[in-house]
Amino acid sequence: MRIEQHPVLEFRRGKKIKFTFDGKEYEGYEGETIAAALHAAGIRVMRESPVLHRPRGLFCAIGNCSSCLMTVNGEPNVRICVEKLRPGMVVESQKGKGVIYAAGN
Amino acid sequence: MQQEISFVEIAVIGGGPAGLCAALEAANAGARVVLLDRQDRLGGQLVKQTHRFFGSRSHRASERGINIAAELTGQVISHPLIEALTGATVFGFYEDGVLGVEQEGKVFYLKPSRVIVATGASEKTLAFPNNDLPGIYGAGAVQTLVNVYGILPGKRVLMVGAGNIGVIVTYQLLQAGMDVAAIVEAAPRIGAYWVHAAKVRRAGVPIHTSHTIKRAYGGREVEGAVIWQLDEQGQPVPGTEKDFAVDTICLSVGLSPLVELLAQAGCRLAYVPQLGGHVPFRDANLQTTVPGVYVAGDAAGVEEASAAMMEGALAGLHAAYSLGYSQTGYEARRAELQHQLDSLRSGPVGEKIRTGLTRVLVE
Repeated sequence: MRIEQHPVLEFRRGKKIKFTFDGKEYEGYEGETIAAALHAAGIRVMRESPVLHRPRGLFCAIGNCSSCLMTVNGEPNVRICVEKLRPGMVVESQKGKGVIYAAGN
Repeated sequence: MQQEISFVEIAVIGGGPAGLCAALEAANAGARVVLLDRQDRLGGQLVKQTHRFFGSRSHRASERGINIAAELTGQVISHPLIEALTGATVFGFYEDGVLGVEQEGKVFYLKPSRVIVATGASEKTLAFPNNDLPGIYGAGAVQTLVNVYGILPGKRVLMVGAGNIGVIVTYQLLQAGMDVAAIVEAAPRIGAYWVHAAKVRRAGVPIHTSHTIKRAYGGREVEGAVIWQLDEQGQPVPGTEKDFAVDTICLSVGLSPLVELLAQAGCRLAYVPQLGGHVPFRDANLQTTVPGVYVAGDAAGVEEASAAMMEGALAGLHAAYSLGYSQTGYEARRAELQHQLDSLRSGPVGEKIRTGLTRVLVE
């Protein structure tokens, strides 16, 4: 949920841009991270743990902990808490450890 | 493949309060500095600190962290002797003193004469059943979402930890419009400064001391948490459980220094609980056991931003001095900075830090 009124801060949001998450279209703002745009849309589950398939979300939000790894434009293991949203990005929940060089790619 | 290596005088790794002050102090002394930060803006975690700082005027008391970040960043960017590189991750510190850096998908190498490591710290977590459910965050993560991006992670939150970060973030979540169910603190008393704790109490938030989280529950996301009381031995007391329906849990249970690069550099480290984890041995100038390699800020031991700024300045000053700069004003400036740092750590509030430092401070 986006904050509209704040006693100390003023949020200057960039241009509205579109992206997709698991095939569905969403809107975010230029200058914010993928994690911020997903949270604004109420999406907090980012991937599945590789062994027990438990849902995983954001933990540190500053690129330290690797809890929020997702597949972005086909590239797995992107730390979406520090990766900026760009127009037309294809963001997908990550299952497993992610494969970069699969046979046939 | 042939790789070019750039020789630089001083490299500062990390553009938070410690790194910014290190770069400015060294450059003001006349040294050329390359400042590297992996994020795409400088300021580190100051950029989300909306509260006013404590201490005396020389420690920037009553200023908000966000304003300090903007001021220091402005000075750094406009300084002719500082080259600030953002989005630049230092991924390796090689044994010949070479730093490997990645920026926008390109890799380059630096060979600095002096390196100041100001990499900060990362949030700790806590062990309890379902602590991996989405909706459970480090308190700093929620602060980033709320204060930097203007986004609430949920509607109702349980805060675990009543130290300064836990209590300050609680107040900031109230300001931003979130409902706070309670603050839980395992210790028998509140660790935060009373002025912050009083603010959240006045807002009606209960603080349960001698309590800890028993478990979180929920399907694919957090739906609630159960807390229980701890006895004088710190053991949970069955039958004292309280249940909170919350969609967000914030863990404010401390930070660990990020010392990976210092370990790669070969600096001798020690585990010091009072400083948050493994930290390097250092002298009064913040120089580690590897000559020419300095540490400053939370990477040297988890403390407040004000202390990080003083440590950064001390490290930057000495690094420049050891290269032949600022030979006249050095002693006076060093004494001034050391005095400010000592006064910041004086009194009962600084006792834990002082105790920790005795373990790693060397001549």
